[in-house]
Amino acid sequence: MLQPISWTLALLLLVGTGVVRADERSDARDQVDFGIEVARRGLWKEAIYRWYRAIDLDPTYAAAWNNLAIALEREGQLEEALEAYENALDLEPNHLGIEQNYDLFLEAYDRVNQNSR
Amino acid sequence: MLTKILVNSGCVALLVGCTTPLYDVAIETPLTPKLDISKFQRVLIAGFVSGGTNEVNANQETARLLRSQLRRNSELQVIDSDVLPLLDIATDQFESSERGSASLQDNPTPRGGSTDGTNDDDLTGLIDGMTEETLESYETIFANIGYWRDLGEEYQDPLILTGTIYFSPHSRSGMVTREREVYDSFGRRRTVPIRTYRDREGFVLSPKFIFIDGATGITVYTEQHREEILYDASQNTPALSSYFELMDRMLPSVLNAFSTQSVQGSRTLFR
Repeated sequence: MLQPISWTLALLLLVGTGVVRADERSDARDQVDFGIEVARRGLWKEAIYRWYRAIDLDPTYAAAWNNLAIALEREGQLEEALEAYENALDLEPNHLGIEQNYDLFLEAYDRVNQNSR
Repeated sequence: MLTKILVNSGCVALLVGCTTPLYDVAIETPLTPKLDISKFQRVLIAGFVSGGTNEVNANQETARLLRSQLRRNSELQVIDSDVLPLLDIATDQFESSERGSASLQDNPTPRGGSTDGTNDDDLTGLIDGMTEETLESYETIFANIGYWRDLGEEYQDPLILTGTIYFSPHSRSGMVTREREVYDSFGRRRTVPIRTYRDREGFVLSPKFIFIDGATGITVYTEQHREEILYDASQNTPALSSYFELMDRMLPSVLNAFSTQSVQGSRTLFR
């Protein structure tokens, strides 16, 4: 009798956690969307804030890391951008779009480093 | 790398574009300026300590080239002034400091030879055949803060560009790869690489550009390059054209120090 109850509890917990995670993903997605909107209007600092919020909510959200990397790159924070791109690719290694952004970033990054040498 | 990016672009358009909302944005990555020139309105190309060969007056030519390039590519006002004979000045400074300090007797002289007071007329002779090491010993002039501060005061505290220029004939022998035309039994022409031993002659250019704050006399930035060019020994390339060819390779880097640049591109945002 005790065993079915504990299984039910465990299942409820799992489902509950899943619901919370789905909510977080949904909130994170809202933040990413909002970030895209403001970025397209040129408000990159606000976009950075939004994408950081998205990552806080869901650290496994590769697109949020990708967008954050682009914004950081644009702001000249290249080391932070590099880390964000790498996080994005770690989460979705086969995402061609992120990979392309990363390759383009590396070209710019090399030029910047050459210049400061 | 470029091919990879182009291939990826195609794939992204085909695969990702159909399924994931994406937004292209233009971005501009600022290149960190090598030197903060915001406090300067004017630049003085003072002159260079040059050595190596007399075939090219590297002091005059470098100053002339940099002035014309900066007039076109920099917002700083380029000061028109006589190019300083820095080799003479450095020698004078060394000799006067030597007279004033007995402790310097054991140190090597900038000329790398005697300290018996060679006449100024002989200085042009010193350029020819001067080694890079000897030229380096003249660099003490750039540490003479008082001299550069006085010069800066004369021209209302500009950014001063000076340095050393070593330009010298250079030769090297060894194996080189050349393309040779061959015809097969059907008369078809093709080229094959062949390795041959060659004597090659040319020039080496090794400048050190030193940027000095005219208000304080302190060196704020230094940039050093070394490039060489070699031709087949049978070719007779004038020293001046080799000098300009070598300078062309270095100029973009030197001019970068005067302007804030950026790398432009586009990136894709994803949902």
